[in-house]
Amino acid sequence: MNPSLPVQTPSVPRVRPLPPMSSSLMAKRKLSDNVMRGLCLLATLIAIIPLFLVLYYVTIQGIKVMSPAFFTEVQRPAGEPGGGFKHAIVGTLMMVGLASCLGLPIGILGGIYLSEFGQNRFGFVVRFATDVLNGIPSIIIGVFVYSIAVLPVSQATRSWEEPITFSAWAGGLALGIMMIPTVMRTTEEIVRLVPHALREGALALGDTRWHSTLKIVLGSAKGGVITGVLLAIARIAGETAPLLFTAADSLYMNLNPSKQTASLPVRIYLSATSPDDHWNALAWGGAFVLVAMILILSLLARYATRTRA
Amino acid sequence: MIASQPEKPSLFKRNSKLDARTTDGIFYWSTFAFAALILILVAWLGVQLYAAASPSVKQFGLGFLTSSVWKTSDDPISPDTYGAWPYIYGTLVSSFLALLLAVPIGLGTAIYLAELAPKWLRTPMSFMVELLAAVPSVVYGLWGRLVLIPAIMPLQTWLSEHASSIPVVGRLFSGSATGQSMMAAGLVLAIMVLPFISAVSREVIKAVPPTQREAAFGLGATHWEAIKGPILRSSRSGIIGAIILGLARALGETMAITMVIGNAPSADFSLLSPAATLSSKLAVEFAEASGGQQSALMYLALVLFGITIVVNAFARLLIWNMSRQVKGAVRL
Repeated sequence: MNPSLPVQTPSVPRVRPLPPMSSSLMAKRKLSDNVMRGLCLLATLIAIIPLFLVLYYVTIQGIKVMSPAFFTEVQRPAGEPGGGFKHAIVGTLMMVGLASCLGLPIGILGGIYLSEFGQNRFGFVVRFATDVLNGIPSIIIGVFVYSIAVLPVSQATRSWEEPITFSAWAGGLALGIMMIPTVMRTTEEIVRLVPHALREGALALGDTRWHSTLKIVLGSAKGGVITGVLLAIARIAGETAPLLFTAADSLYMNLNPSKQTASLPVRIYLSATSPDDHWNALAWGGAFVLVAMILILSLLARYATRTRA
Repeated sequence: MIASQPEKPSLFKRNSKLDARTTDGIFYWSTFAFAALILILVAWLGVQLYAAASPSVKQFGLGFLTSSVWKTSDDPISPDTYGAWPYIYGTLVSSFLALLLAVPIGLGTAIYLAELAPKWLRTPMSFMVELLAAVPSVVYGLWGRLVLIPAIMPLQTWLSEHASSIPVVGRLFSGSATGQSMMAAGLVLAIMVLPFISAVSREVIKAVPPTQREAAFGLGATHWEAIKGPILRSSRSGIIGAIILGLARALGETMAITMVIGNAPSADFSLLSPAATLSSKLAVEFAEASGGQQSALMYLALVLFGITIVVNAFARLLIWNMSRQVKGAVRL
């Protein structure tokens, strides 16, 4: 040690001592504190009011039209009372199912790639691409799927009765594309949280990489992955814009995915914008069912995360 | 785990090492393929949009962005003319109005929920805010059309009668009240981006290390001084990121706007008259369009695509920047 080095004394910054605080300054500070805190509370109240009103109207107006007929009948022509949204509910379930067949494998396996092997430039580019895809307005996804899955098919078939062949396949494709980024990023984040010791332990016992990743790593991250999947389904179930020019709309019950198909959001849109009062009332019913579905999915998602911990 | 080992005797076979290498290789490349699929998809999307729009891009060039005539002529000799300006204007103004309302309120809500609210209130309120961010836009549109518009009609009528005579501001309220209008679109859009902005800002504010707050209190700051100084300053770029992400959502929002804006190209600056946005134009016209009109609509989609990509990239950049800063703060 160099003896010539001066002993380090903690350097005290020279601060001009504050003048004793006058009571008026203190009062001013107290006042601005109270005012700003009050404003924040006020902002919260202002924010809650319209949000509360939306849920209130959806519930009140929706329950009015809830009846067995709403779930067992298709919509009748405007002006006729009665009828329901059976075809739309079935169509939404069908297209969400198709979308899941596409979006879940891509999302989950892609997410595994990002977390297990993606610490490189390629992983960075893929992450950026999922962010881009997530930010693209849903209507543009609809336009894109129209030009790859609706237009070529209609040009190929040239059917006289249906000049443009909208289909549930196309609708499912559009929703599936919308699902991928959410599933992929949540899977990546959750799988990355699995401790390294678990992976190493499995490998040390002679397990193969693929088996340990799918069984041990994915198995212990199961709850989180399910949460991501449920949230992604909740998100796409309410999407209208990508379905407008892919699955389009229908007033009839349809189980054939190559025909144009109604969905809850599109039916809500068209019923709400029609001048018919009864259709408007049915739109509230559809909105109620849709919001209830999404609420249940979100609660399930919360539950799945809780049991994981 | 250990108990299950004997059930997989294949692992202990002589040639299991080779098997493991092949299967691991297959596994790696299949996950790689799915990840690469995203890249292909995004690139394909851009190329496909451009290809579909290209007839119209060639015909109108960049003048498309500033021209405000949208006319499909019945006469086969005179060509159709299409211009995007009224829709670009509608998109930008409706989003601006939404942010004008949603940013102060959303930020106040975020501060309240992250800092001021009593503990028992935080979780249910935050859950409610997140739930509202998940409500589909068509539901907001339904509510806006059937509840909000009838409710603000008296206000609109009053504004068009009294406020339109004020010298400069009056232009915003000229014309008669029509219900479906730019004003309604801005309001509905504000309600929609509000939960998003407040949820993301709340996360950002919560990420500020507690030592910052405690240091401020230790120096004798009031609660608001602690919020205004260390807390908001170190979460500033994250909050700006949240606002820009909210902007990106507002720009691309389709259904709610289509249902309340009236879908007529905005002719004047009045907030009371109907307008249209890029996305609402697409939603209303695309399904029935063909030929040149469809290509022009694809061009509109391309413009919207470009705007949202730029805005999103900017927001991501800010948020990445911010997450680096926060990590640095934690290391201290």
